[in-house]
Formats: sequence, C-alpha cells, structure tokens
Amino acid sequence: MLEIEGIQVYYGDLQVLWDISLKIDSGEIVSIVGANGAGKTTLLKTISGLLHPRSGRLRFLGEPIENKSPAQIVEAGISHIPEGRKLFTTLTVLENLELGAYVPKARQKRKETLARVFRLFPILEERKYQIAGTLSGGEQQMLAIGRGLMALPRLLLLDEPSLGLAPQVVKNMFEVIKEVNRFGTTILLVEQNIFHALGISTRGYVLQNGRIVLEGTGAELLQNIHVQKAYLGL
Amino acid sequence: MTSLLLQAIASGFLMGGVYGLMATGLTLIFGVMKVVNLAHGEMMMLGMAISYWLFTLAGIDPYLSIPVSIFLLFLLGFFIQRFLINPILHASEHMQILVTLGVSLILANSALLLWGPNIRSVTTSYSLETLWIGEIVLDLPRVVAFLFALFFTFLLYLLLKKTELGKAIRASADNPEAALLVGIEVNRIYPISFGIGAACVGASGSLIIPFYDLTPHVGPPFTMVAFTIIILGGMGSLSGALIGGLLVGVAESVGAILLSSSLKSVASTTLLVLVLLFKPRGLFGK
Ligand SMILES: Nc1ncnc2c1ncn2[C@@H]1O[C@H](COP(=O)(O)OP(=O)(O)OP(=O)(O)O)[C@@H](O)[C@H]1O
Ligand SMILES: [Mg+2]
Repeated sequence: MLEIEGIQVYYGDLQVLWDISLKIDSGEIVSIVGANGAGKTTLLKTISGLLHPRSGRLRFLGEPIENKSPAQIVEAGISHIPEGRKLFTTLTVLENLELGAYVPKARQKRKETLARVFRLFPILEERKYQIAGTLSGGEQQMLAIGRGLMALPRLLLLDEPSLGLAPQVVKNMFEVIKEVNRFGTTILLVEQNIFHALGISTRGYVLQNGRIVLEGTGAELLQNIHVQKAYLGL
Repeated sequence: MTSLLLQAIASGFLMGGVYGLMATGLTLIFGVMKVVNLAHGEMMMLGMAISYWLFTLAGIDPYLSIPVSIFLLFLLGFFIQRFLINPILHASEHMQILVTLGVSLILANSALLLWGPNIRSVTTSYSLETLWIGEIVLDLPRVVAFLFALFFTFLLYLLLKKTELGKAIRASADNPEAALLVGIEVNRIYPISFGIGAACVGASGSLIIPFYDLTPHVGPPFTMVAFTIIILGGMGSLSGALIGGLLVGVAESVGAILLSSSLKSVASTTLLVLVLLFKPRGLFGK
C-alpha cells in the first residue's frame, strides 16, 4: 500500500532521515519505535506532505506522492494524527470532526462517517458542543483519532497516541486502534510505549538517529536484544 | 450637563458601531495570520474615497456604493496578502510591519497625488436629517451607519460560524499545521481572510463618508483607534472588537466634551490602560 524507497529528509541543511526504506501492506498495523529525536515524527510528516524528501521515492497505492501537498495526500487516503493531538482547541468537538472531513471526497460522506465515529467514541457525541480545548486528555486523543477517521483514510498515521495518558486510558487507546484496523484501515503507529505498540503490530521498524536499524515482526522485535538494550535500558 | 453627556454617549455609541466593524477587520487579519496591518486606516480612507468619487462623479448614493467598496477592498487585501505578505509570512515580525507600513505610505501618497490634499465631503439630501429620542438628537447618517455596521458584523459572524470557508478560516487561525493535515490549503485561506478583513474596513469607510471628511491623511488616526480597540477587546477576538469598538466610541465622544475634542484619544487611551491593568490580555483575550 505504501512503499518508501531510500528517502533523505532535511530541515534546512540538517539531515534528519538517512536512506529510509519501508513498506506497509494493506490491512497491517506497522509500528515505528525509537528514542527521542530519532526522526519518527519527521518520517510521518514526510509521508503526509508537510515535509518533502530531498531524494528518494514515496508511493501510495502505486502513485508517487513525494511531491504532493498535504491536501492532495489526505484526498489520496492518508490521514495523519499528529503528535500532541493538535486539535482546533477553540472550536467545538463537532466542528473539529466536520473539519476532519474537509476534502471533497470525505465531505460527501460526512454525515455517515460522523455517525460511525460517534459509535466508536460515544463520549464525543455527548460532548459535541463542548470546546475541544476543555476536553480531558483521553477525550482529546479520542477526538484527534475521530477527526483523522473523518477523512475516510485507507492509511492512518498515528504519532504517539498514548502520550500523556493514564495507564488505563492507554489500554483503551490501543484497543481502539485495533478496532479501527479491524474495520479495514491500515495503520502506521509511532510509539514510545513499545510493549503495547509492538504487541498489537504485525511488523515494526526501529529507528535510530534517522536510520532504520532493525525490522521484523512485533514479537521478534520485542525479543530482540538490541531493542532491549537500546530502549529498555537492560 | 446630563443631557449633553447623554448626547455624547449616544453619538459615541453610534460611531462605536462603525469602529467595531473596522476593528473586526483588523482583528480577523491579526487572528488568522498574526499580521499587524498598519495600512488599516488607509484602507478606511480608500473605502471613503470610493464612495466619495462614485457620488461626486456619477451621483451614486454612498449607501449604494458599499458593495463596490467591499469588492474592491477585498481584492486589494487579497493581493496584498498574496503577493506582499505571504512570501514573508514566516520571516520575523518587523518584516511584516515594514511591508504593511510601506503599503500605508503608498496608499496615502497615491491618494495625495491623485486628488490632492483638499478636504472633501459628501452632502446628500439626508446629510442633515436628525432623529429625536426624548432629549437626544441623533444624525440620521450616523444611525444608518451604525445599523449597517452591526448588520455587516453579524454577516461576518455567520460566515465564520456557519460556512465551510468560515470554519476553514477559524481552523487555520487556531492551528495552521492541523489545518494543513485535514486538507485545508492554508495558503489559499490567508489571502481570502486578509481580503475579508479589508472588506470590513472598506465598508466602514463608505458608511462614514456621509458625515466624515475625506483627506488623504485621514488614515493614521483610524489605525490608532483600531489598534486601541483590538488590544482593549483582546487581539483576535471578534466579540472583543465589537464591544471594544462601542466602548472606544463612547470614550472618545465623552472625552471630547469633558476635555476637548483634540484630546478625545486621551480618553480612549486611558480606558485602554485601565482595562489592561485588570485584564492584561484585553476583555476577551485568551
Ligand atoms: N522543525 C525542525 N527544524 C530543525 N530540526 C528539527 C525540526 N523538527 C525536528 N528537528 C530535529 O530532527 C530530529 C528528529 O526529530 P523528530 O521530531 O522527528 O524526532 P522523534 O523521533 O519524533 O522524537 P520524539 O520521540 O521526541 O517525538 C531531532 O534531532 C530534532 O531536533
Ligand atoms: Mg515525535
């Protein structure tokens, strides 16, 4: 579904991603794990068109996307739920969700999708006229995911959805991610919480200093001594 | 004395409505793009000039030329943003200030070049008509200006709250990166927002031409007033702009009778300082 071939990504003159290649098949949950500053967020921003690679290729459903704008990429079927949620905090819950379906293709089906999102997150329906910035952390993350789903993505990019949430809420969050996947959305998940993330993933990649140093199935990576050394401090 | 005071409050309130519309334009431009538009007063001058010239050359009533002002100022604002400000939007703030200051100088001096420094005014059949409310006498053109200004402010409110475009504008103001990620082309929203802000002030210019003299240098005091209002109301807040406009209108006109008319801005500045003492972010600031 998504193929990345040898991308190099810079902020100005500073190279942050080095020769990244990866592949995601339809229906998978793929995790990217790595320490702070490894380049995980940068990778997601490059996929969603906020950044463009200096060289290398990105293909989604066979189409090159490395030169497309974020709007075109949403329209193509990739939805990026950013780190720190980035809600429209002064707008209502409902307005946030409506804006999730801003691109033409999603806008036509806004009503049906909204009903689906409310079924998945009943709390959002109860709170639909509340200002998004006043939701609790867990509710805000639900809203961020809901807004992402409103675009009717084939591929969902999730950047640290568990950040700042209480353990019980984190568990729910991963259940929700599995459920969204079961309904047919492919997922690329970036997490610090590697136990949970690799636990629900079909495959994963370990990113270190902007390079992919390991890949494998979720279970393989969890067992891998390098992972344990690098990220569990064992 | 009390009736004089009531009179001042009433006419200040009427002017305050127009100030509110003018400041709404400024606060929209600031709220969406964080751009400080120092050419705001000159855009007001252009709105006045458009209605003045259409009246003088073609006999068109100033109220009928409001749509022309709105349209032309929208285009002006759109292109200023698109070609002058967008390229430097992410540069440091003083760069934008230089650009909008430059635009203000160009507009004022073009006006001077085109029609000279003379004071120009529009006299219509209803210019001197008045309305009596008890002891208070109100100039009809000021009442009309006030009502139109409230109406336009309400329309803008509906546009921002109810339409797709309005929601996209508010989303871009709230969080530009998130707006990009849901597929809003923020770079297209910015010129439209600037255009709408300029259209608000253009309409305000047309509304006051029946009772306010036009000169090429009428702009800077309006810029001052508009900034006083949005700082007082809270930068970027629409309700702050309207309420602030009414307060400043009343403060100026009461100040003019209690002090002297040349000191009217002392009153509004004092009000500003008082508000900021208690609410440093303005009345509706976040
Ligand atoms: N806008 C930017 N300009 C310059 N450098 C940046 C910018 N954003 C990130 N970087 C740098 O790029 C590197 C990778 O950052 P990135 O945010 O992708 O890491 P991350 O893996 O998501 O980290 P975290 O786990 O802390 O979110 C870091 O060294 C960071 O300092
Ligand atoms: Mg990150």
